[in-house]
Amino acid sequence: MLIVNTEFVPGKRVIEIKGLVQGNTIRAKHVGRDIAASFKNLFGGELRGYTELLTESRREALNRMIAQARELGANAVLNVRFSTSSITQGAAELFAYGTAVVIEDEVPGA
Amino acid sequence: MIELATVLALLVLGFTIGTTRERMHLAQLAIDEEELAAILVSDLKRLPPHWRASQGTLVRGEVVIGSDYFKSFIAGLVNLFGGRIRAFETLMERARREAIVRMKRQAYQLGSNAIWCLRMETSTIGRGGPGAAMAEVHVYGTAYLIDSETEDES
Repeated sequence: MLIVNTEFVPGKRVIEIKGLVQGNTIRAKHVGRDIAASFKNLFGGELRGYTELLTESRREALNRMIAQARELGANAVLNVRFSTSSITQGAAELFAYGTAVVIEDEVPGA
Repeated sequence: MIELATVLALLVLGFTIGTTRERMHLAQLAIDEEELAAILVSDLKRLPPHWRASQGTLVRGEVVIGSDYFKSFIAGLVNLFGGRIRAFETLMERARREAIVRMKRQAYQLGSNAIWCLRMETSTIGRGGPGAAMAEVHVYGTAYLIDSETEDES
């Protein structure tokens, strides 16, 4: 499965558009990380616990999107976009979407 | 009296440790950016037509950054009168540069030399304490290996 956020794939041609695929996940931060974060807010700097949490969650959202694309019989997802929104205090939704397509090698000179 | 002393101590701690860490981070960023300077980054949607590129891969970088007590305090003061909050400007700049460095490092590990269609998003994730800012920067793009011969023709 090829995942890109551009509208094309160099050297490949889109032969079928399967439609929009999406994946989301909602994560809450946990108290242990909150306590560590409040210390960090005294001294400033990166909040590594949260970075890891978000990386993990975005991967989950991407995987759900990929699973949908696979179900549709696509072999690539183009024009992938992400969006984030906080739903309540301490919980965030990570959302990934794109267009599932079938691509094949471009015939040179064609 | 004790409360005032606590606030003062936190301000001094926040200022000294926060400033030192910021200086170290900026120095590290300069080194990392130098190291990864060979990777071309653009937010254009399409590659120039004569460039030959290999299949792309999605690459991402993300950072959550928090302000220190001193910065939050200053921002609170500025908020009374309005105006530019310089302390938070550098904070966001650090987060953005760090996220781009992480994305470039991913591309580098894949053997790519260009990242196209860069997109950035920023979100705040709740408050760490009174006036404390916490923000997340997420950048993503498609990494390509561009044939350097075709690049020179432009």
